[in-house]
Amino acid sequence: MTPRGSTQERRDRALRIVLPVVVLALSLAIWELVVRVGGIPPYVLPAPSLILQTFIADGALLTQSLMVTLLTTLEGFALAAIGGVGLAVLFNQSRLVEYSLYPYAVILQVTPIVAIAPLLLIYMPQQLAVLTCAWIVAFFPVLANTTLGLNSVDRNLADLFALYGASRGRVLWNLKLPSGLPYILGGLRIAGGLSLIGAVVAEIAAGSAGAGSGLAYRIVESGYRLNIPRMFAALVLLSIAGIVIFYLLAFVNHIALRRWHESAVEAGN
Amino acid sequence: MTATSPHSGAPLVALRGVGKAFPSGTLALAGLDLDVRDGEFLALLGPSGCGKSTALRIIAGLTEPTQGAVEWPAAARTANANRLGFVFQEPTLMPWANVANNVLLPLKLKGVAADAAGARVDAALERVGLQKFAKAYPRELSGGMRMRVSIARALVTEPALLLMDEPFAALDEITRFKLNNDLLQVWQALRTTIVFVTHSVFESVYLSSRIVVMAARPGRVFAEVAIDAPYPRDQNFRTSAEYAALCRRTSEALAQAMAAGGAP
Repeated sequence: MTPRGSTQERRDRALRIVLPVVVLALSLAIWELVVRVGGIPPYVLPAPSLILQTFIADGALLTQSLMVTLLTTLEGFALAAIGGVGLAVLFNQSRLVEYSLYPYAVILQVTPIVAIAPLLLIYMPQQLAVLTCAWIVAFFPVLANTTLGLNSVDRNLADLFALYGASRGRVLWNLKLPSGLPYILGGLRIAGGLSLIGAVVAEIAAGSAGAGSGLAYRIVESGYRLNIPRMFAALVLLSIAGIVIFYLLAFVNHIALRRWHESAVEAGN
Repeated sequence: MTATSPHSGAPLVALRGVGKAFPSGTLALAGLDLDVRDGEFLALLGPSGCGKSTALRIIAGLTEPTQGAVEWPAAARTANANRLGFVFQEPTLMPWANVANNVLLPLKLKGVAADAAGARVDAALERVGLQKFAKAYPRELSGGMRMRVSIARALVTEPALLLMDEPFAALDEITRFKLNNDLLQVWQALRTTIVFVTHSVFESVYLSSRIVVMAARPGRVFAEVAIDAPYPRDQNFRTSAEYAALCRRTSEALAQAMAAGGAP
Protein backbone atom coordinates (compact mmCIF):
# COMPACT_ATOMS: atom_id res chain seq x y z
CA MET A 1 0.00 0.00 0.00
CA THR A 2 1.31 3.46 -0.83
CA PRO A 3 1.98 5.85 2.06
CA ARG A 4 -0.41 8.30 0.47
CA GLY A 5 -3.20 5.75 0.52
CA SER A 6 -2.65 4.97 4.17
CA THR A 7 -2.61 8.66 5.11
CA GLN A 8 -5.86 9.15 3.30
CA GLU A 9 -7.29 6.09 4.99
CA ARG A 10 -6.27 7.36 8.42
CA ARG A 11 -7.82 10.73 7.71
CA ASP A 12 -10.98 9.01 6.56
CA ARG A 13 -11.15 6.99 9.78
CA ALA A 14 -10.55 10.12 11.90
CA LEU A 15 -13.36 11.94 10.07
CA ARG A 16 -15.72 9.08 10.79
CA ILE A 17 -15.24 9.71 14.52
CA VAL A 18 -14.80 13.49 14.53
CA LEU A 19 -17.77 14.44 12.33
CA PRO A 20 -20.50 12.72 14.39
CA VAL A 21 -19.00 14.25 17.55
CA VAL A 22 -19.07 17.69 15.96
CA VAL A 23 -22.70 17.20 14.92
CA LEU A 24 -23.57 16.13 18.47
CA ALA A 25 -21.81 19.11 20.05
CA LEU A 26 -23.45 21.55 17.63
CA SER A 27 -26.92 20.10 18.18
CA LEU A 28 -26.54 20.22 21.95
CA ALA A 29 -25.31 23.81 21.79
CA ILE A 30 -28.22 24.91 19.63
CA TRP A 31 -30.65 23.01 21.87
CA GLU A 32 -29.22 24.69 24.99
CA LEU A 33 -29.33 28.08 23.31
CA VAL A 34 -32.92 27.71 22.11
CA VAL A 35 -34.11 26.67 25.58
CA ARG A 36 -32.29 29.53 27.31
CA VAL A 37 -33.04 32.29 24.85
CA GLY A 38 -36.65 31.19 24.38
CA GLY A 39 -37.15 30.68 28.11
CA ILE A 40 -38.78 27.29 27.50
CA PRO A 41 -39.87 25.73 30.80
CA PRO A 42 -38.19 22.37 31.69
CA TYR A 43 -41.53 20.50 31.70
CA VAL A 44 -41.84 21.33 28.01
CA LEU A 45 -38.25 20.91 26.91
CA PRO A 46 -35.36 20.62 29.37
CA ALA A 47 -31.96 21.96 28.38
CA PRO A 48 -29.12 19.45 27.92
CA SER A 49 -27.38 20.87 30.98
CA LEU A 50 -30.46 20.14 33.08
CA ILE A 51 -30.66 16.60 31.73
CA LEU A 52 -27.04 16.13 32.73
CA GLN A 53 -27.78 17.42 36.23
CA THR A 54 -30.72 15.01 36.48
CA PHE A 55 -28.41 12.26 35.36
CA ILE A 56 -26.10 12.96 38.27
CA ALA A 57 -28.83 13.58 40.82
CA ASP A 58 -30.92 10.52 39.90
CA GLY A 59 -27.87 8.42 39.02
CA ALA A 60 -28.44 5.68 41.58
CA LEU A 61 -32.13 5.26 40.77
CA LEU A 62 -31.57 5.26 37.02
CA THR A 63 -28.66 2.84 37.21
CA GLN A 64 -30.74 0.45 39.26
CA SER A 65 -33.54 0.62 36.70
CA LEU A 66 -31.04 0.21 33.88
CA MET A 67 -29.79 -3.00 35.46
CA VAL A 68 -33.34 -4.38 35.68
CA THR A 69 -33.98 -3.65 32.01
CA LEU A 70 -30.57 -4.93 30.93
CA LEU A 71 -31.03 -8.18 32.83
CA THR A 72 -34.38 -8.76 31.12
CA THR A 73 -32.84 -7.90 27.77
CA LEU A 74 -29.94 -10.27 28.34
CA GLU A 75 -32.18 -13.12 29.45
CA GLY A 76 -34.52 -12.52 26.53
CA PHE A 77 -31.59 -12.44 24.15
CA ALA A 78 -30.09 -15.64 25.55
CA LEU A 79 -33.42 -17.44 25.30
CA ALA A 80 -33.94 -16.08 21.78
CA ALA A 81 -30.49 -17.26 20.74
CA ILE A 82 -30.96 -20.74 22.18
CA GLY A 83 -34.58 -21.01 21.04
CA GLY A 84 -33.97 -19.57 17.58
CA VAL A 85 -30.90 -21.63 16.75
CA GLY A 86 -32.37 -24.72 18.40
CA LEU A 87 -35.66 -24.48 16.55
CA ALA A 88 -33.88 -23.82 13.24
CA VAL A 89 -31.73 -26.92 13.75
CA LEU A 90 -34.84 -28.93 14.59
CA PHE A 91 -36.60 -27.63 11.45
CA ASN A 92 -33.53 -28.47 9.42
CA GLN A 93 -33.43 -32.03 10.72
CA SER A 94 -37.13 -32.76 10.49
CA ARG A 95 -39.35 -31.50 7.72
CA LEU A 96 -42.46 -32.63 9.62
CA VAL A 97 -41.60 -30.47 12.60
CA GLU A 98 -40.88 -27.56 10.29
CA TYR A 99 -44.19 -27.87 8.49
CA SER A 100 -46.04 -28.21 11.80
CA LEU A 101 -44.52 -25.26 13.65
CA TYR A 102 -43.21 -22.73 11.14
CA PRO A 103 -46.57 -20.99 10.51
CA TYR A 104 -46.93 -20.35 14.24
CA ALA A 105 -43.46 -18.88 14.47
CA VAL A 106 -44.49 -16.48 11.70
CA ILE A 107 -47.75 -15.60 13.46
CA LEU A 108 -45.82 -14.87 16.64
CA GLN A 109 -43.55 -12.60 14.66
CA VAL A 110 -46.13 -10.63 12.67
CA THR A 111 -48.46 -9.92 15.59
CA PRO A 112 -47.34 -6.59 17.08
CA ILE A 113 -45.71 -7.12 20.46
CA VAL A 114 -47.47 -4.05 21.88
CA ALA A 115 -50.73 -5.91 21.36
CA ILE A 116 -49.51 -9.17 22.90
CA ALA A 117 -47.91 -7.66 26.00
CA PRO A 118 -51.09 -6.71 27.91
CA LEU A 119 -52.47 -10.18 27.34
CA LEU A 120 -49.31 -11.85 28.61
CA LEU A 121 -49.49 -9.65 31.71
CA ILE A 122 -52.86 -11.11 32.54
CA TYR A 123 -51.67 -14.70 32.53
CA MET A 124 -48.09 -14.43 33.75
CA PRO A 125 -46.22 -12.94 36.67
CA GLN A 126 -44.95 -9.57 35.54
CA GLN A 127 -41.26 -10.40 35.31
CA LEU A 128 -42.00 -13.53 33.29
CA ALA A 129 -44.32 -11.61 30.96
CA VAL A 130 -41.68 -8.97 30.29
CA LEU A 131 -39.11 -11.68 29.61
CA THR A 132 -41.49 -13.49 27.28
CA CYS A 133 -42.02 -10.29 25.30
CA ALA A 134 -38.27 -9.77 24.91
CA TRP A 135 -37.99 -13.36 23.73
CA ILE A 136 -40.89 -13.24 21.25
CA VAL A 137 -39.53 -10.15 19.54
CA ALA A 138 -35.94 -11.37 19.39
CA PHE A 139 -36.21 -15.02 18.52
CA PHE A 140 -37.66 -14.84 15.02
CA PRO A 141 -34.70 -13.14 13.31
CA VAL A 142 -32.44 -15.79 14.85
CA LEU A 143 -34.74 -18.55 13.60
CA ALA A 144 -35.08 -17.09 10.10
CA ASN A 145 -31.38 -16.32 9.67
CA THR A 146 -30.22 -19.64 11.09
CA THR A 147 -32.62 -21.48 8.78
CA LEU A 148 -31.21 -19.55 5.84
CA GLY A 149 -27.66 -20.30 6.99
CA LEU A 150 -28.22 -24.02 7.45
CA ASN A 151 -29.67 -24.20 3.93
CA SER A 152 -26.84 -22.20 2.34
CA VAL A 153 -24.32 -25.01 2.32
CA ASP A 154 -22.03 -25.33 -0.71
CA ARG A 155 -23.44 -28.25 -2.71
CA ASN A 156 -20.06 -29.66 -3.58
CA LEU A 157 -19.04 -29.63 0.07
CA ALA A 158 -22.26 -31.45 0.91
CA ASP A 159 -21.39 -34.03 -1.78
CA LEU A 160 -17.94 -34.41 -0.28
CA PHE A 161 -19.42 -35.12 3.13
CA ALA A 162 -21.74 -37.69 1.53
CA LEU A 163 -18.82 -39.29 -0.31
CA TYR A 164 -17.01 -39.93 2.96
CA GLY A 165 -20.15 -41.29 4.59
CA ALA A 166 -20.62 -38.48 7.11
CA SER A 167 -23.45 -38.98 9.62
CA ARG A 168 -26.26 -36.42 9.94
CA GLY A 169 -24.75 -35.19 13.17
CA ARG A 170 -21.38 -34.68 11.50
CA VAL A 171 -22.95 -32.83 8.59
CA LEU A 172 -24.78 -30.56 11.01
CA TRP A 173 -21.84 -29.91 13.30
CA ASN A 174 -18.94 -29.81 10.82
CA LEU A 175 -20.69 -28.41 7.76
CA LYS A 176 -24.07 -26.76 8.24
CA LEU A 177 -23.43 -24.85 11.47
CA PRO A 178 -20.01 -23.47 10.46
CA SER A 179 -21.16 -22.43 6.99
CA GLY A 180 -24.29 -20.90 8.53
CA LEU A 181 -22.32 -19.02 11.20
CA PRO A 182 -22.26 -15.66 9.37
CA TYR A 183 -26.05 -15.83 9.00
CA ILE A 184 -26.55 -16.92 12.62
CA LEU A 185 -24.40 -14.06 13.87
CA GLY A 186 -26.33 -11.67 11.63
CA GLY A 187 -29.55 -12.88 13.25
CA LEU A 188 -28.08 -12.45 16.72
CA ARG A 189 -27.08 -8.86 15.92
CA ILE A 190 -30.66 -8.06 15.02
CA ALA A 191 -31.95 -9.98 18.05
CA GLY A 192 -29.73 -7.97 20.42
CA GLY A 193 -31.44 -4.71 19.55
CA LEU A 194 -34.88 -6.29 19.38
CA SER A 195 -34.68 -7.92 22.80
CA LEU A 196 -34.10 -4.46 24.27
CA ILE A 197 -37.14 -3.18 22.37
CA GLY A 198 -39.20 -6.16 23.57
CA ALA A 199 -38.19 -5.56 27.17
CA VAL A 200 -39.03 -1.85 26.93
CA VAL A 201 -42.40 -2.41 25.29
CA ALA A 202 -43.38 -4.96 27.91
CA GLU A 203 -42.22 -2.71 30.74
CA ILE A 204 -44.29 0.14 29.39
CA ALA A 205 -47.32 -2.11 29.12
CA ALA A 206 -46.69 -3.39 32.63
CA GLY A 207 -45.95 0.09 33.92
CA SER A 208 -49.54 1.14 33.52
CA ALA A 209 -50.42 -1.78 35.79
CA GLY A 210 -48.46 -0.19 38.58
CA ALA A 211 -45.49 -2.30 39.58
CA GLY A 212 -42.10 -2.49 37.93
CA SER A 213 -38.80 -0.71 38.20
CA GLY A 214 -37.11 -0.99 34.79
CA LEU A 215 -35.90 1.96 32.78
CA ALA A 216 -38.96 2.03 30.55
CA TYR A 217 -41.14 2.08 33.64
CA ARG A 218 -39.15 5.09 34.86
CA ILE A 219 -39.96 6.86 31.60
CA VAL A 220 -43.68 6.24 31.99
CA GLU A 221 -43.61 7.18 35.66
CA SER A 222 -41.65 10.39 34.98
CA GLY A 223 -44.15 11.23 32.28
CA TYR A 224 -47.01 11.02 34.74
CA ARG A 225 -45.11 13.28 37.13
CA LEU A 226 -44.13 15.72 34.37
CA ASN A 227 -40.51 15.06 35.29
CA ILE A 228 -39.42 15.56 31.70
CA PRO A 229 -35.65 15.90 32.45
CA ARG A 230 -35.67 12.44 33.99
CA MET A 231 -37.55 11.08 30.97
CA PHE A 232 -34.79 12.37 28.76
CA ALA A 233 -32.08 11.02 31.04
CA ALA A 234 -33.68 7.55 31.03
CA LEU A 235 -34.06 7.72 27.26
CA VAL A 236 -30.40 8.58 26.82
CA LEU A 237 -29.45 5.62 29.03
CA LEU A 238 -31.63 3.27 26.98
CA SER A 239 -30.08 4.55 23.81
CA ILE A 240 -26.56 4.03 25.18
CA ALA A 241 -27.51 0.51 26.26
CA GLY A 242 -28.71 -0.22 22.71
CA ILE A 243 -25.50 1.12 21.21
CA VAL A 244 -23.34 -0.95 23.57
CA ILE A 245 -25.31 -4.11 22.76
CA PHE A 246 -24.96 -3.42 19.02
CA TYR A 247 -21.20 -2.92 19.16
CA LEU A 248 -20.63 -5.85 21.50
CA LEU A 249 -22.37 -8.16 19.05
CA ALA A 250 -20.58 -6.58 16.09
CA PHE A 251 -17.31 -7.25 17.92
CA VAL A 252 -18.21 -10.90 18.54
CA ASN A 253 -19.16 -11.16 14.87
CA HIS A 254 -15.81 -9.73 13.83
CA ILE A 255 -13.80 -12.03 16.09
CA ALA A 256 -15.63 -15.12 14.88
CA LEU A 257 -15.40 -14.36 11.15
CA ARG A 258 -12.29 -12.27 10.64
CA ARG A 259 -10.14 -15.11 9.34
CA TRP A 260 -12.45 -16.42 6.67
CA HIS A 261 -15.62 -14.53 5.85
CA GLU A 262 -15.63 -11.73 3.29
CA SER A 263 -17.87 -9.58 5.50
CA ALA A 264 -15.29 -9.46 8.29
CA VAL A 265 -11.82 -9.56 6.74
CA GLU A 266 -9.97 -6.25 6.65
CA ALA A 267 -9.78 -4.51 3.29
CA GLY A 268 -6.50 -5.06 1.47
CA ASN A 269 -5.85 -8.29 3.36
CA MET B 1 -3.77 -51.51 -26.79
CA THR B 2 -2.57 -50.33 -23.41
CA ALA B 3 -0.82 -53.63 -22.83
CA THR B 4 2.50 -51.84 -22.91
CA SER B 5 1.44 -49.45 -20.19
CA PRO B 6 2.69 -50.34 -16.73
CA HIS B 7 -0.63 -49.23 -15.32
CA SER B 8 -2.99 -51.53 -17.24
CA GLY B 9 -4.91 -54.32 -15.57
CA ALA B 10 -8.34 -55.69 -14.67
CA PRO B 11 -11.24 -53.24 -14.46
CA LEU B 12 -11.47 -51.53 -11.14
CA VAL B 13 -14.96 -50.31 -11.80
CA ALA B 14 -17.25 -50.83 -14.78
CA LEU B 15 -20.32 -48.95 -15.99
CA ARG B 16 -22.76 -51.29 -17.74
CA GLY B 17 -25.43 -49.75 -19.94
CA VAL B 18 -25.68 -46.78 -17.64
CA GLY B 19 -28.41 -44.24 -18.36
CA LYS B 20 -29.36 -41.14 -16.44
CA ALA B 21 -32.53 -39.18 -16.99
CA PHE B 22 -33.07 -36.07 -14.90
CA PRO B 23 -36.53 -35.27 -13.51
CA SER B 24 -36.75 -32.46 -16.07
CA GLY B 25 -36.71 -35.13 -18.77
CA THR B 26 -33.20 -34.40 -19.98
CA LEU B 27 -31.39 -37.58 -20.91
CA ALA B 28 -27.85 -36.99 -19.66
CA LEU B 29 -26.53 -40.48 -20.38
CA ALA B 30 -27.79 -43.48 -22.32
CA GLY B 31 -26.25 -46.91 -22.74
CA LEU B 32 -22.87 -45.90 -21.36
CA ASP B 33 -20.37 -48.75 -21.16
CA LEU B 34 -17.08 -47.89 -19.56
CA ASP B 35 -14.31 -49.93 -17.96
CA VAL B 36 -11.93 -48.16 -15.63
CA ARG B 37 -8.80 -50.31 -15.50
CA ASP B 38 -6.74 -50.63 -12.37
CA GLY B 39 -3.86 -48.18 -12.39
CA GLU B 40 -4.74 -46.26 -15.54
CA PHE B 41 -5.04 -42.53 -16.09
CA LEU B 42 -8.33 -42.29 -17.95
CA ALA B 43 -9.54 -39.03 -19.43
CA LEU B 44 -13.21 -38.45 -20.22
CA LEU B 45 -13.21 -35.89 -23.01
CA GLY B 46 -16.25 -34.32 -24.57
CA PRO B 47 -18.21 -31.15 -25.29
CA SER B 48 -20.19 -29.59 -22.49
CA GLY B 49 -23.47 -31.38 -21.95
CA CYS B 50 -22.14 -34.80 -22.92
CA GLY B 51 -22.68 -36.12 -19.40
CA LYS B 52 -19.05 -36.68 -18.49
CA SER B 53 -19.45 -35.03 -15.10
CA THR B 54 -22.64 -37.01 -14.51
CA ALA B 55 -20.76 -40.23 -15.31
CA LEU B 56 -18.12 -39.25 -12.76
CA ARG B 57 -20.76 -38.55 -10.11
CA ILE B 58 -22.34 -41.93 -10.83
CA ILE B 59 -19.01 -43.68 -10.31
CA ALA B 60 -18.61 -41.78 -7.05
CA GLY B 61 -22.08 -42.86 -5.93
CA LEU B 62 -23.21 -39.25 -5.60
CA THR B 63 -25.94 -39.84 -8.18
CA GLU B 64 -27.85 -43.04 -8.89
CA PRO B 65 -28.14 -44.13 -12.53
CA THR B 66 -31.71 -44.49 -13.78
CA GLN B 67 -30.65 -47.41 -15.97
CA GLY B 68 -27.86 -49.96 -15.94
CA ALA B 69 -25.41 -50.60 -13.14
CA VAL B 70 -22.05 -49.67 -11.71
CA GLU B 71 -20.03 -52.81 -11.07
CA TRP B 72 -17.12 -53.08 -8.74
CA PRO B 73 -15.46 -56.49 -9.21
CA ALA B 74 -15.85 -58.26 -5.88
CA ALA B 75 -12.19 -58.20 -4.91
CA ALA B 76 -11.83 -54.55 -5.75
CA ARG B 77 -14.95 -53.69 -3.81
CA THR B 78 -13.84 -55.05 -0.47
CA ALA B 79 -10.33 -53.70 -0.83
CA ASN B 80 -11.45 -50.33 -2.10
CA ALA B 81 -14.63 -49.75 -0.20
CA ASN B 82 -14.70 -46.09 0.71
CA ARG B 83 -11.39 -45.53 -0.99
CA LEU B 84 -12.56 -42.90 -3.40
CA GLY B 85 -11.18 -39.43 -3.80
CA PHE B 86 -13.07 -36.64 -5.57
CA VAL B 87 -11.73 -33.32 -6.81
CA PHE B 88 -14.31 -30.81 -7.98
CA GLN B 89 -13.93 -28.07 -10.55
CA GLU B 90 -13.85 -25.58 -7.71
CA PRO B 91 -11.43 -26.21 -4.84
CA THR B 92 -14.51 -26.64 -2.58
CA LEU B 93 -12.65 -25.99 0.64
CA MET B 94 -14.26 -25.13 3.95
CA PRO B 95 -13.48 -21.39 4.24
CA TRP B 96 -13.73 -21.47 8.03
CA ALA B 97 -11.04 -24.11 8.43
CA ASN B 98 -7.32 -23.77 7.81
CA VAL B 99 -5.48 -25.85 5.23
CA ALA B 100 -4.53 -28.65 7.63
CA ASN B 101 -8.08 -29.00 8.91
CA ASN B 102 -9.46 -29.03 5.37
CA VAL B 103 -7.12 -31.89 4.45
CA LEU B 104 -7.96 -33.63 7.72
CA LEU B 105 -11.69 -33.68 6.94
CA PRO B 106 -11.94 -37.08 5.16
CA LEU B 107 -10.00 -38.77 7.96
CA LYS B 108 -12.11 -37.06 10.60
CA LEU B 109 -15.30 -38.20 8.89
CA LYS B 110 -13.94 -41.74 8.78
CA GLY B 111 -13.05 -41.64 12.45
CA VAL B 112 -9.27 -41.97 12.11
CA ALA B 113 -7.46 -41.29 15.40
CA ALA B 114 -6.10 -37.76 15.68
CA ASP B 115 -2.38 -38.53 15.96
CA ALA B 116 -2.36 -40.99 13.06
CA ALA B 117 -4.42 -38.54 11.02
CA GLY B 118 -1.99 -35.70 11.73
CA ALA B 119 0.93 -37.56 10.18
CA ARG B 120 -1.12 -38.41 7.10
CA VAL B 121 -2.23 -34.80 6.69
CA ASP B 122 1.41 -33.69 6.82
CA ALA B 123 2.35 -36.31 4.23
CA ALA B 124 -0.48 -35.29 1.90
CA LEU B 125 0.44 -31.61 2.19
CA GLU B 126 4.07 -32.39 1.50
CA ARG B 127 3.07 -34.30 -1.61
CA VAL B 128 1.47 -31.18 -3.08
CA GLY B 129 4.20 -28.88 -1.74
CA LEU B 130 2.08 -26.99 0.77
CA GLN B 131 3.55 -28.14 4.09
CA LYS B 132 4.42 -24.51 4.95
CA PHE B 133 0.82 -23.40 4.52
CA ALA B 134 -0.86 -25.79 6.95
CA LYS B 135 -2.09 -22.95 9.16
CA ALA B 136 -3.21 -20.66 6.33
CA TYR B 137 -6.87 -20.12 5.52
CA PRO B 138 -8.18 -20.83 2.01
CA ARG B 139 -8.89 -17.19 1.23
CA GLU B 140 -5.24 -16.37 1.87
CA LEU B 141 -4.13 -18.72 -0.93
CA SER B 142 -4.02 -18.36 -4.72
CA GLY B 143 -6.38 -20.35 -6.94
CA GLY B 144 -3.65 -22.85 -7.82
CA MET B 145 -2.73 -23.39 -4.18
CA ARG B 146 -6.35 -23.91 -3.23
CA MET B 147 -6.60 -26.59 -5.90
CA ARG B 148 -3.49 -28.22 -4.45
CA VAL B 149 -5.18 -28.30 -1.06
CA SER B 150 -8.19 -29.89 -2.70
CA ILE B 151 -5.96 -32.56 -4.25
CA ALA B 152 -4.16 -33.15 -0.96
CA ARG B 153 -7.55 -33.65 0.70
CA ALA B 154 -8.51 -36.22 -1.95
CA LEU B 155 -5.16 -38.02 -1.53
CA VAL B 156 -5.15 -38.14 2.26
CA THR B 157 -7.27 -41.31 2.35
CA GLU B 158 -4.88 -42.96 -0.16
CA PRO B 159 -7.75 -43.60 -2.57
CA ALA B 160 -7.62 -46.48 -5.03
CA LEU B 161 -9.65 -44.35 -7.43
CA LEU B 162 -9.26 -40.61 -7.79
CA LEU B 163 -12.11 -38.88 -9.64
CA MET B 164 -11.37 -35.40 -10.95
CA ASP B 165 -14.04 -33.17 -12.50
CA GLU B 166 -12.31 -30.55 -14.67
CA PRO B 167 -10.13 -29.61 -11.72
CA PHE B 168 -7.85 -27.19 -13.56
CA ALA B 169 -10.40 -25.56 -15.89
CA ALA B 170 -10.56 -22.33 -13.89
CA LEU B 171 -6.78 -21.88 -13.60
CA ASP B 172 -4.43 -19.90 -15.82
CA GLU B 173 -2.31 -21.86 -18.26
CA ILE B 174 1.00 -21.55 -16.42
CA THR B 175 -0.53 -22.82 -13.19
CA ARG B 176 -2.38 -25.55 -15.09
CA PHE B 177 0.80 -26.87 -16.73
CA LYS B 178 2.54 -26.95 -13.37
CA LEU B 179 -0.34 -28.79 -11.75
CA ASN B 180 -0.51 -31.22 -14.70
CA ASN B 181 3.12 -32.17 -14.08
CA ASP B 182 2.64 -32.45 -10.34
CA LEU B 183 -0.47 -34.58 -10.79
CA LEU B 184 1.43 -37.01 -13.04
CA GLN B 185 4.16 -37.29 -10.43
CA VAL B 186 1.64 -37.99 -7.68
CA TRP B 187 -0.10 -40.57 -9.87
CA GLN B 188 3.12 -42.40 -10.59
CA ALA B 189 4.29 -42.29 -7.00
CA LEU B 190 0.99 -43.53 -5.58
CA ARG B 191 0.06 -45.94 -8.42
CA THR B 192 -3.53 -44.94 -8.00
CA THR B 193 -6.21 -44.96 -10.70
CA ILE B 194 -7.43 -41.61 -12.00
CA VAL B 195 -10.53 -40.71 -13.98
CA PHE B 196 -10.11 -37.16 -15.19
CA VAL B 197 -12.96 -35.21 -16.81
CA THR B 198 -11.86 -32.44 -19.13
CA HIS B 199 -12.88 -30.56 -22.25
CA SER B 200 -9.29 -29.82 -23.21
CA VAL B 201 -7.79 -32.04 -25.91
CA PHE B 202 -4.28 -30.92 -25.01
CA GLU B 203 -4.67 -31.61 -21.32
CA SER B 204 -6.19 -35.05 -21.90
CA VAL B 205 -3.41 -36.13 -24.27
CA TYR B 206 -0.69 -34.84 -22.00
CA LEU B 207 -1.99 -36.55 -18.89
CA SER B 208 -3.75 -39.75 -19.72
CA SER B 209 -2.93 -43.25 -20.81
CA ARG B 210 -6.35 -43.57 -22.44
CA ILE B 211 -8.93 -41.06 -23.62
CA VAL B 212 -12.61 -41.86 -23.90
CA VAL B 213 -14.31 -39.34 -26.19
CA MET B 214 -17.96 -38.79 -25.40
CA ALA B 215 -20.80 -37.45 -27.55
CA ALA B 216 -23.82 -35.52 -26.32
CA ARG B 217 -27.60 -35.81 -26.59
CA PRO B 218 -27.66 -38.36 -25.08
CA GLY B 219 -24.27 -38.73 -23.43
CA ARG B 220 -22.45 -41.86 -24.61
CA VAL B 221 -19.00 -43.20 -25.44
CA PHE B 222 -18.12 -42.18 -28.98
CA ALA B 223 -14.49 -43.17 -29.47
CA GLU B 224 -11.44 -44.25 -27.60
CA VAL B 225 -7.88 -43.05 -28.13
CA ALA B 226 -4.95 -44.89 -26.55
CA ILE B 227 -2.09 -42.60 -25.58
CA ASP B 228 0.87 -44.98 -25.61
CA ALA B 229 3.56 -42.39 -24.98
CA PRO B 230 5.67 -43.53 -22.04
CA TYR B 231 5.72 -41.88 -18.64
CA PRO B 232 7.22 -39.86 -17.10
CA ARG B 233 6.09 -37.12 -19.44
CA ASP B 234 7.45 -33.60 -19.25
CA GLN B 235 7.90 -30.43 -21.30
CA ASN B 236 9.73 -32.43 -23.98
CA PHE B 237 6.62 -34.49 -24.54
CA ARG B 238 4.49 -31.37 -24.67
CA THR B 239 6.53 -30.04 -27.60
CA SER B 240 7.11 -33.37 -29.38
CA ALA B 241 5.76 -34.35 -32.80
CA GLU B 242 4.21 -37.42 -31.20
CA TYR B 243 2.20 -35.19 -28.85
CA ALA B 244 1.06 -33.03 -31.75
CA ALA B 245 -0.02 -36.08 -33.76
CA LEU B 246 -1.96 -37.50 -30.80
CA CYS B 247 -3.62 -34.15 -30.24
CA ARG B 248 -4.66 -34.03 -33.90
CA ARG B 249 -6.08 -37.53 -33.72
CA THR B 250 -7.96 -36.75 -30.52
CA SER B 251 -9.23 -33.45 -31.93
CA GLU B 252 -10.60 -35.25 -34.97
CA ALA B 253 -12.36 -37.78 -32.75
CA LEU B 254 -13.81 -34.93 -30.69
CA ALA B 255 -14.95 -33.06 -33.81
CA GLN B 256 -16.74 -36.19 -35.03
CA ALA B 257 -18.27 -36.68 -31.60
CA MET B 258 -19.59 -33.12 -31.66
CA ALA B 259 -21.01 -33.61 -35.15
CA ALA B 260 -22.70 -36.80 -33.95
CA GLY B 261 -24.10 -35.06 -30.90
CA GLY B 262 -25.80 -32.33 -32.91
CA ALA B 263 -25.33 -28.59 -32.53
CA PRO B 264 -24.94 -27.51 -28.91
